[in-house]
Amino acid sequence: MHPSLSFDQAPPISVPYRFFLAAPWFGVMAGILLAWSGGDALASRWTPEVLALTHLIALGFMLQTMCGALFQFIPVAVGGNVWRPKLVANTVQPLLLLATLLLVAGLLFSRPGLLSAAAPLFLLAIGGFVVVVALALWRTPATGMTLWALRMAIGSLAITVLLGSLMVEALAYGLSVPILELANIHLAWGLGGWALMLLAGVSYYVVPMFQLTRPYPLWFTRWFGPLLLLLLLAWSSQLLVDDARWPLLVALPLLLLVSVYAGMTLWLQYTRRRKIHDATSMCFRMAMASMLAFAISGATFFLLPELGADPRFVVWLGMLAFAGVFVSAITGMMYKIVPFLNWLHLQRLGAPLSSVPNMNKMIPPEAMTGQLRLHALAVVLLLAAVWQPGLARLAGVAFAASCAWLGWNLVGAVRRYQTFRDRIRAAGLHH
Amino acid sequence: MSITAPLFQHHKHCDELFAAAEEACADGNWAAGEGAFALLVDQLETHFTSEEQLLFPAFEAATGMTSGPTEIMRGEHRQMRDLLAQMQAALASRDSDAFGGGAETLLILMQQHNMKEENILYPMCDNALGASDVGALLAERLKAS
Ligand code: HEM
Repeated sequence: MHPSLSFDQAPPISVPYRFFLAAPWFGVMAGILLAWSGGDALASRWTPEVLALTHLIALGFMLQTMCGALFQFIPVAVGGNVWRPKLVANTVQPLLLLATLLLVAGLLFSRPGLLSAAAPLFLLAIGGFVVVVALALWRTPATGMTLWALRMAIGSLAITVLLGSLMVEALAYGLSVPILELANIHLAWGLGGWALMLLAGVSYYVVPMFQLTRPYPLWFTRWFGPLLLLLLLAWSSQLLVDDARWPLLVALPLLLLVSVYAGMTLWLQYTRRRKIHDATSMCFRMAMASMLAFAISGATFFLLPELGADPRFVVWLGMLAFAGVFVSAITGMMYKIVPFLNWLHLQRLGAPLSSVPNMNKMIPPEAMTGQLRLHALAVVLLLAAVWQPGLARLAGVAFAASCAWLGWNLVGAVRRYQTFRDRIRAAGLHH
Repeated sequence: MSITAPLFQHHKHCDELFAAAEEACADGNWAAGEGAFALLVDQLETHFTSEEQLLFPAFEAATGMTSGPTEIMRGEHRQMRDLLAQMQAALASRDSDAFGGGAETLLILMQQHNMKEENILYPMCDNALGASDVGALLAERLKAS
């Protein structure tokens, strides 16, 4: 039988929330940084500002929320036991926060000291996280493609961080390494192997659940993850294969695979049974549309070298991936998870259920859709600013404002949780 | 066919009923909403009681696990019944915000409950009860409803 199955081991609510509450403010920092630097910052992928912006979002926004979500998701969705979640979260989250700030400052101001200090912190924080999560994922008796996607994602996170640390030390100490190839491999594992793999694994589970869609077809979930992994390995072999056509040969199938996932998700949502539109479904649609745009732009980049020669082109790809795909998708997930966790933990306090407010009372739906509209506007401005540097400051302000609104919505949800918790406890004392 | 297959299919049936009730009430179409919601309550109740009266006791008797997964599932049934009662009250007072909020909450609770059953508990039941007649009883009861 399944004796070690953790059916109901959701961690204390503070575990995911400490990650969720921190993340939006990194987005705010990114917006302010762009507003402050102006349009020249986006001239190429190698400006210090772009490298800093990239990691503010990749590590400050995405990795924060994804770590927090995994603490919640692993026990509930794949029955895994995370070892002492509260202790691990309380250690990993501040370390991650500090390491991210050091790395970003080091990249932005070209300070070798900050860079080489960041790397060991990442290895400690993410190394610890990876070990704890991997143990939970390999010990669970559950099966299924979500579980396999999570396993591949956590492995890819380890690879991403190792490569990142290697580059950081190389930059700090002036070692000669093939930095362009390493950066390209690092970003593929970070965005593809970690972020996209995780998003896909989680979507297999939540897309049918939130929108009452049909499940992803079995052939799709069976092949998507392994193919992605295989293509990333092939992509990484550009270090060894000395043929300029090799990246193109790998990138096109990779982009095709990415568009199949995006197209499939849009199709499932289009044919869903539930007819209600909510903030989460809009976020997902925005993310998937951006992913399709990313795949088409990426293919253009490889197939039409004249266009791809403009150094701004890769920045455009980055905007689509970070602001368009991942910030949107993650926002949508938090807008569903946070109200539900509030409700779940409140009703566990033992109050009569009718005294626990429903999910729509936790974050007002108008506050979510309003923030989303601003986010959509910010994404459009960011994309335009890549080609029209004059728009960069405005885009930065819009993105900062949208992230601040997201942060405010989440803070409001936590405050509501605390108010109701105190009320329920006080009522309990009078009985 | 596995003995829990009828329950599995009945989940999908309840999903359809849920979507219909939610849509009608969100559109302010209360007359249709009342009918759809009554059907949903009826089918969910049939589903819960089939599990509580047939499947869970058989599983507990076969495995000796009385305080494990089945206990959690019973607790979630209780939560869903409470939410349905709240939605019923909202429907009676034509309060579409309260109904929508209740529906949103019920949907997630119901879906993650179904996932746990379909991915974990039902396979365990199929293993433990493969040779019994529980499957036929379940199929009969769900069909009759
Ligand atoms: C886990 C998520 C991560 C993602 C998604 C990610 C993403 C990226 C991307 C997209 C680039 C290319 C930037 C560009 O072309 O403008 C990049 C470069 C880089 N990343 Fe990361 N990264 C991650 C984590 C890390 C970590 C943890 C470190 C450090 C320990 C790191 C250090 C670097 C360095 C040093 C570069 C190259 C900078 C240069 O060549 O000057 N990254 N990363």
